[in-house]
Amino acid sequence: MQSGRSNILFPALVFAMAFSSGFIIMSVELLGGRIMAPYFGSSIYVWGSIITVFMLSLSIGYLVGGRLSLHQPNLFKYGLFFILAAFLLTPTILLGDQMMDWVFVRYEDPRYGSLLASAFLFFLPTALLGMIAPYSVRLLVESAQESGRIAGGLYFFSTLGSALGTLATSFYLVLWFEVNEILITASCILITLGIVAMFANKHLAPSTPFLIGEAAS
Amino acid sequence: MKVRFIVLIALCCGHLQAMAQDIHREKSLYRNIVVKEQYNRRCLVFTVKRGDRNQTCMDLNDPKRLVFPYVRMTLGGLLVNPDPKRVLIIGLGGGSIPLTLAEMYPGALIDVVEIDQAVVTVAKKFFNFAETENLKVHVADARVFTKRAGLKNKTYDLIILDAFTGDYIPEHLMTQEYLEETRALLAKPGVLVANTFSTSDLYHHESVTYQKVMGPYFNFKRQNTGNRVIIASTEPLPSDFVLRSRAKKFSAQLHNYGVDVEAFPRFMQRKIDWDATKRSLTDQYSPANLLKSDS
Repeated sequence: MQSGRSNILFPALVFAMAFSSGFIIMSVELLGGRIMAPYFGSSIYVWGSIITVFMLSLSIGYLVGGRLSLHQPNLFKYGLFFILAAFLLTPTILLGDQMMDWVFVRYEDPRYGSLLASAFLFFLPTALLGMIAPYSVRLLVESAQESGRIAGGLYFFSTLGSALGTLATSFYLVLWFEVNEILITASCILITLGIVAMFANKHLAPSTPFLIGEAAS
Repeated sequence: MKVRFIVLIALCCGHLQAMAQDIHREKSLYRNIVVKEQYNRRCLVFTVKRGDRNQTCMDLNDPKRLVFPYVRMTLGGLLVNPDPKRVLIIGLGGGSIPLTLAEMYPGALIDVVEIDQAVVTVAKKFFNFAETENLKVHVADARVFTKRAGLKNKTYDLIILDAFTGDYIPEHLMTQEYLEETRALLAKPGVLVANTFSTSDLYHHESVTYQKVMGPYFNFKRQNTGNRVIIASTEPLPSDFVLRSRAKKFSAQLHNYGVDVEAFPRFMQRKIDWDATKRSLTDQYSPANLLKSDS
């Protein structure tokens, strides 16, 4: 079996995927404001709702992703997260208006209306995207000593992705494309990355899960 | 040289401050609000660093007079529907439009939608604005209000959109979908009046969007203003003859408010003077603020 340490492609792929997920999370979050404005306005509480839901779903995603990383982590499962996230975005794209209609009729207060609507629209896909971060750490970490450096590198790339996703979406993408065009493109990118990861699973080996134990013994 | 320049600037600033007196300052959720007084004029100003923008001004010697051209121009809607009984006004400002209409049509029911409670408070305190049995202010986002009013099957004979301050445009109030929701609130016959922009690329996009939803409309511009007022109707537009004869009838009444209504028909154009190939604004595509700064 090929060693993860000797192969530069493997960490490069994981970093690139962490970067992309960071980019897409913030792009979707910003578009969230656009999507909800026709129903709830674009006041500070609408942004409050969106940010709350994103933070909450990411936090739960981190927890679940960390849990899942305990059981034979590999690129195949990792790729599955991306593909699943893309599929969970489709109801937001296709049924967003119906969901918001439903909420709008039942909740008069735009604060709780927007909170509920953003939970419906964004909780699941964002939680899935949140799972990617801790799982990436597990895929790359080979020893306890290195873990901080690797985690730092991953935070760097995913947060850099988030910064660029925010900037690109708010400065240019909304000027060039429709909201749904951007979301569909994001979904396609997620699916492509997922497939690449699944394919790479056969060819690139992650660090062996037993390495830390072996080194100790 | 540099020092002299700074001294000059300091002198100028001091001078300006001496002329315009701030009588009230308030930070709201949405903006900084200042009430200034200068030359017997009291103005509501939404402050931004570059070129403060007067929202409404009141002539302290003649409080009824409508100081701004665009405010007077919105009354052009009355030439298309001279007797509105239910009126919806989006954006309160200093309240000069609702006050004028309430006085002209004491029996009319007027709903005003304003997003910022602070603006309502300031209008009441400094601009003689007051709610009555027939004149109500709703503090809400206009899009949300419009959607809810649609669910309740409310209708209006006259709707005035005046929510655009010029510094920041609420983009969800400029889309085809919003205009469709607004048109659905119009009774038949009903008139939609919108105070919009006459410069930048946004002019073309906005014109196309209104045309798409409302069909042909009066494109009302006057010299020396950056404003363009759109006057659209659920019915075919009245002829110039009808406009002129109505203007004549309103002339004396509107004279009290400083409105030279008889000059209006000449400037209410039917011609398309915008680039009709531009993309219309939708909920999916509405970068109004970017389009405005792009030109």
